[in-house]
Amino acid sequence: MYTEKVMEHFRNPHNMGEIPNADGVGTVVNPVCGDMMTIYIKVKDNRIEDIKFKTFGCGAAVATSSMVTDLAKGKTLEEAMKITRGDVADELGGLPPIKMHCSNLAADALHVAIDDYHKKQKEMNK
Amino acid sequence: MSAKRIYMDYTAGKPVDARVAEAMLPYMNTFYGNPSSVHSLGQEAKRALEEARARVAQLINAEKKESILFTSGATESNNTAIKGFAYRNKDKGTHIITSSIEHMSVMNPVKYLSTKGFKATFLPVDQHGVVNLESLERELTDETIIVSIMHANGEIGTIQPIAEISQLVHRKKAILHVDATATAGQIPVDVQADAIDLLTISSNDMYGPKGTGALYLKQGVRVEPLIHGGGQEQGLRSGTESLPTIVGFGKAAELARIEMQMENERLIKLRDKFIKGLVGAVPYSFLNGHPTKRLPNNVAVRYSFIEGESMLLSLDMMGVAASSGSACTAKTLEPSHVLIATGLKHEEAHGSLLFTLGQQNTEEEVDYVIGLMPGIVKRLRAMSPLTPKELKE
Repeated sequence: MYTEKVMEHFRNPHNMGEIPNADGVGTVVNPVCGDMMTIYIKVKDNRIEDIKFKTFGCGAAVATSSMVTDLAKGKTLEEAMKITRGDVADELGGLPPIKMHCSNLAADALHVAIDDYHKKQKEMNK
Repeated sequence: MSAKRIYMDYTAGKPVDARVAEAMLPYMNTFYGNPSSVHSLGQEAKRALEEARARVAQLINAEKKESILFTSGATESNNTAIKGFAYRNKDKGTHIITSSIEHMSVMNPVKYLSTKGFKATFLPVDQHGVVNLESLERELTDETIIVSIMHANGEIGTIQPIAEISQLVHRKKAILHVDATATAGQIPVDVQADAIDLLTISSNDMYGPKGTGALYLKQGVRVEPLIHGGGQEQGLRSGTESLPTIVGFGKAAELARIEMQMENERLIKLRDKFIKGLVGAVPYSFLNGHPTKRLPNNVAVRYSFIEGESMLLSLDMMGVAASSGSACTAKTLEPSHVLIATGLKHEEAHGSLLFTLGQQNTEEEVDYVIGLMPGIVKRLRAMSPLTPKELKE
């Protein structure tokens, strides 16, 4: 059902956990299957210096969360905004068609976290 | 990684009993005649077919073997019972009653009929999955022709009060179809004692081969055939009989009748130990289904804050095959309609895990899995944004 790459990330997820004083936090819920994912980012000089995730969901949800943190770490915020659900799925060697919604969630949560960072910056600069 | 392979998904699929496979073999390569043929090979096939029919009839205490109609499995039996009966008897009424926790092969024929001029009612169940009898009594009208209720639910293990349901149904002159896929050959089923009119039986669920099942029809209960052709099975199910699998089914029925009681005593001990070892071993772990009126092999539990498929993958990594009512494992993303009908919220239903035991499971295996679960739950909870703070340490 899953590629070896997906199982690798499920067995040993990268960047799992929380960042206590994160600069941006993004939570996304899939209303159909109930999956839930939160991404925490720490930003320095417009780059994602640290990133962590928490996920409630299936194996694909865990693997895509782990993968999106790998893809985003070290990238500029603009670069990270360009990461798509397709990128995440491709990096994992593909996902079963019915699971494509899960990778949707991972990239979405990252984008929400970045939006949250921008919003917080705006408020601080007021 | 463990070298063990532990199979605890017997409701999804069972191995064919070695004695059953042995009984089938001659009907693939020696007695390959067609039961409808006049010559001696055909007549040997006919004899074997009728012997198998008698064995299945005896298992459910049918009044005669001719009440057994062989089909391709429980799905066809359920379809024939519901659609076949509804089409044949629509002049008597157009109302059909079923429950909200039936198998899809009952649910979907009933939903289909509701688009073809029939009216359908889906009865609610209580938190343990028992059909609400007051609702049944209230919903039964003179228009009701058939009520279809499963004997037991394989996903939560709950056994229905069929005798009481039967009384209510017959008081209103409707007929009762019982889907006994999860019970025939596994716990006692008696169509005469419970006054059942139509009963679905599965071969693989009693260690017979897949692709075969039966429908019991009480004398006088008429159904319209779904498959037309050469008129086999009293014209109700055309197509040359699948003799090897039917012979295997008959053998499995005979073995189940003889060995069921002893095997169930063994399974119930394992089940109760298993449930006791899982529920309460970690905080926020619960039993799904009825605490006592449940199938001997059914261990259905749920854990809050985590999701079923993640548990299945974690167990599989340790060599354990189980199942879940979780959406993400199935063809649809929706959570199980059975768990939702018992009143669980979506996220609760998603945390469900189902172990179904069988012939080859041992106490040692049960102990092993009991030992694995706390670690798996702890790891997944550490990952989950839903886990409350006090559980994180």
